[in-house]
Amino acid sequence: MPHPYIPNSAPEVRREMLDAIGVDSVEDLYRPIPSELRFQGRLPLEEGIPEEGRLRRHVEGILRRNTATTDVLSFLGAGCYQHEVPAVCDEINRRGEFVTSYAGDVYGDHGRLQALWEFQDVFAELIEMDVVTTPNYDWSTAAAMCLRSSVMLTGRKRVLVPAALLLDRRLVFQDYLAHDVQVDEIPFDEATGLLDLAALRSAIGDDVAAVYVEYPNALGVIEHQAAEAVEIAHEHGAMAVVGADPSGLGVLASPGSLGADFAVGDLQPLGMHMSYGGGLSGYIGCRNDPEVIESLPVFIFAKTDTLAPGQHGFGYLNFDRTHYVKRGEGSQNGGTTTALWAITAAAYLGLHGPEGMRELGEGLLQRTRYAADRIGALPGVTAPRFTGASLKEFVVTYDAHDVATVDAALRERGIFGGKDLSVDFPSLGRSSLWAVTEVHTKDDIDRLVATLGEVLA
Amino acid sequence: MSPQFQQARWSEPLLSELGTPGERGYVPTAPEAEIAAHAPDPLAAIPPAFRRSTPPRLPQVAQPQLLRHFYRLSQETLGNDVAVDFGLGTCTMKYSPKVNEHLVRMPEVQDLHPAQHEDTVQGILEVLWRLEQMLCAISGLDRFTLQPPSGSAAVYTNASIVRAYHASRGEGEQRDEIISSVFSHPCDQSGPWSAGFKVVELYPGPNGYPELDALKAALSNRTAGIVITNPEDTGIYNPHIAEFTRLVHEAGGLCVYDQANANGILGIARAREAGFDLCHFNMHKTFSSPHNGMGPAMGASGVKEELARFLPAPVVEKRGDRFELDWNRPESIGKIRSFVGNAQIAVRSYAWILALGPDGIREVAETAVLNANYLATRLREVPGMSQPFPTSNTPIEQFRWSLEALREETGVGSADISRNLADYGFQPVFGSHHPFIVPEPLTPEASESFSKEDIDAWADAMIDIAKRAQADADDVLEGPYRNACRRIDAAALDDPERWVPTSRVERAKGAVTGD
Repeated sequence: MPHPYIPNSAPEVRREMLDAIGVDSVEDLYRPIPSELRFQGRLPLEEGIPEEGRLRRHVEGILRRNTATTDVLSFLGAGCYQHEVPAVCDEINRRGEFVTSYAGDVYGDHGRLQALWEFQDVFAELIEMDVVTTPNYDWSTAAAMCLRSSVMLTGRKRVLVPAALLLDRRLVFQDYLAHDVQVDEIPFDEATGLLDLAALRSAIGDDVAAVYVEYPNALGVIEHQAAEAVEIAHEHGAMAVVGADPSGLGVLASPGSLGADFAVGDLQPLGMHMSYGGGLSGYIGCRNDPEVIESLPVFIFAKTDTLAPGQHGFGYLNFDRTHYVKRGEGSQNGGTTTALWAITAAAYLGLHGPEGMRELGEGLLQRTRYAADRIGALPGVTAPRFTGASLKEFVVTYDAHDVATVDAALRERGIFGGKDLSVDFPSLGRSSLWAVTEVHTKDDIDRLVATLGEVLA
Repeated sequence: MSPQFQQARWSEPLLSELGTPGERGYVPTAPEAEIAAHAPDPLAAIPPAFRRSTPPRLPQVAQPQLLRHFYRLSQETLGNDVAVDFGLGTCTMKYSPKVNEHLVRMPEVQDLHPAQHEDTVQGILEVLWRLEQMLCAISGLDRFTLQPPSGSAAVYTNASIVRAYHASRGEGEQRDEIISSVFSHPCDQSGPWSAGFKVVELYPGPNGYPELDALKAALSNRTAGIVITNPEDTGIYNPHIAEFTRLVHEAGGLCVYDQANANGILGIARAREAGFDLCHFNMHKTFSSPHNGMGPAMGASGVKEELARFLPAPVVEKRGDRFELDWNRPESIGKIRSFVGNAQIAVRSYAWILALGPDGIREVAETAVLNANYLATRLREVPGMSQPFPTSNTPIEQFRWSLEALREETGVGSADISRNLADYGFQPVFGSHHPFIVPEPLTPEASESFSKEDIDAWADAMIDIAKRAQADADDVLEGPYRNACRRIDAAALDDPERWVPTSRVERAKGAVTGD
């Protein structure tokens, strides 16, 4: 039976093609592969399911064993967030023309290139940096790439990062940097959750390639000393890599205004579903400095003119700097990253505009304040654990209750509690990181507080 | 020229030019009055210096105009759904089944948080586990990680594993060289470079693939391993590959197989039989997940059992009927990306392999090779086309041929011909990765998704453009004409004084020049 995904199944068509090639069978075309390297027999795979209905029932049957966050009340964050996804964002990023395009060039994919340039253009306004690249895989890999760039640009082999770092981020840095770069962690203040600036001052030296700070940090605290950290870095000839959650940038100072050399963060809050982590996308911004741009392997698109007067064209900015040309001679690894999410984020920012981004940021701050205070009013709970301001996450510490036990009890009541920090930050004791966003209503938060109260009683 | 095709040309303004101040396209849900009353000044806790001083200069546009804008841009994009896109050789453009797009938009996929308790994500963990089993069967290797979010990230992952392996044996300092070949993908060099290796590149011999002697000369006690494709970019299969892997092993190195594109040899030849210790597959190439305009994507890295301890954390384990994430991996290289990777891509590839089964998978490979060779046969009719290296080579997957003769005759080169394909409704054809060893290169790849009619139409277009070049070179040099944009001023892309990556840069230049 011909498979619905494969044309050219009709024997007469195959014959015609083989005749044109001048061979008897497809087997003849595999002559270059020595027989001892040929796989003998049938691959040990399950039998195929060519019927779409049966396939769909089967896969849906497996996937329905999952519980979607939309079917419960979830307060998980820690690098991936349940935000509102405007319907227009979903419409745009399901367009088959975009979804099934790839590395097509200027003349086949004019629209895709314009959309990616527009992402750079509007996102640059949000972060107030002159250059924005096609995003990397996620916040962690974007940060790692810029730290590596700093090493390449300064020739120094030490970087300073906050100890208040998600475990995932720490492990990405370990793989990407630690084999030849010393990654030193700067402690956080135990009361505020902010970077210990005195510790930063004593750790920095003229051997430091870059200082990395982020807001919010892994404890949910807005690192409002970022400008000081940038200044300390610059005083020692080090570069400053500043991470920022874009959902707060309608109201918070932008990385560019803080003096960042590189800005990084995740686009996921700007219109991407979480998809078990598949919605992440790591933005990168930098100065319009050819040497800095040269150190980054990710694509950047540039606007230019065409033979038709008044028409915009778009193409790859300095393609020769990428690993496609430099290969093994001094280029970081680039390639396919997360272009579809960049187009989506451009649409999200276009939809929201300055007012929408301000309202989003203010609403996050207000809800988080409300939720942290309500939870903190429960007996046996400290929330927020840190006095530093929160954007959309805060740490909750139980006096006596084990986080996993509380989570299990909440789960039975249809609530996913905050992320257990016992692995990421064992020093924080019975702590978890809770995220509240614009998807949470007052009733949701009140229900959580009442339920948590019952569980802890 | 084909009278039928005309791409949409909307001449869309830039996103930043849409709308009018005061318009908006979305209203995020406002907090209720009680919440607002609880924190009447939302920014009270933020030090004044850390508040945004000027609103971001974002578009102010209503929803209908914004949606229309992006729809129009999509219409100016020749995705594989709307155009025959086998110009992108080595990228394995193929049909991405629509049913899979519906599956990944189930709430039970798109609305999962990656830190949910395992009890609540048994379905997605099962898909990840099942896909891993399938890839083990297809490669013959023992374990896979689905965490790398692209093919080049998978190569990088494998290079990191090679580094960790030698470090674990106390040879990390000494074994600092990776051997690759110049017809392997550029990430086979940049990945190892990023992982801290020096890279030695092998050049092709007279048959189009590296000679054994070249490999022998490159091997030493500094060799950490080899990272290579086969067939290479040229579509030429190196028949001595088992000898290559044997020699690298003898020298103490590991063998890494870049199988980003394995389309022509699925079920035909596997990494294990060729002696490889590691390999990777691109789920967005061979395994049908759409390329998403350059990601999100997935490169699945596979290893033999003895290297599994180095895989990035976590890996999915099946214990009884339950699926678990194993984070306890003390020798792991770390992480390549946050969480488990792009899980939605795994759903698509799992469904695709399942739809095909062992016979369908083999039919994919056989049809791809049939299509490649039929296309090659038709392209012999293109004036000025030649095949580098012995013409007895039958291409597997893509192939790299040359229009040098046409260039010499007409002044029209492969990039010019390629560009003009857009006038026929085809994606321009990929030339070559650098360096351009084959002059005036073209690298098409007709995967199994394309019919004989598709291939004939594409070949006819190539013939037509080449004939037009012979008749009137300027006609082709100034093309294309019927797509969304005319030939660009490419010099402005490379000149720091002229390049425009954002309006901010344009405004800064304007301020300098007084425009």
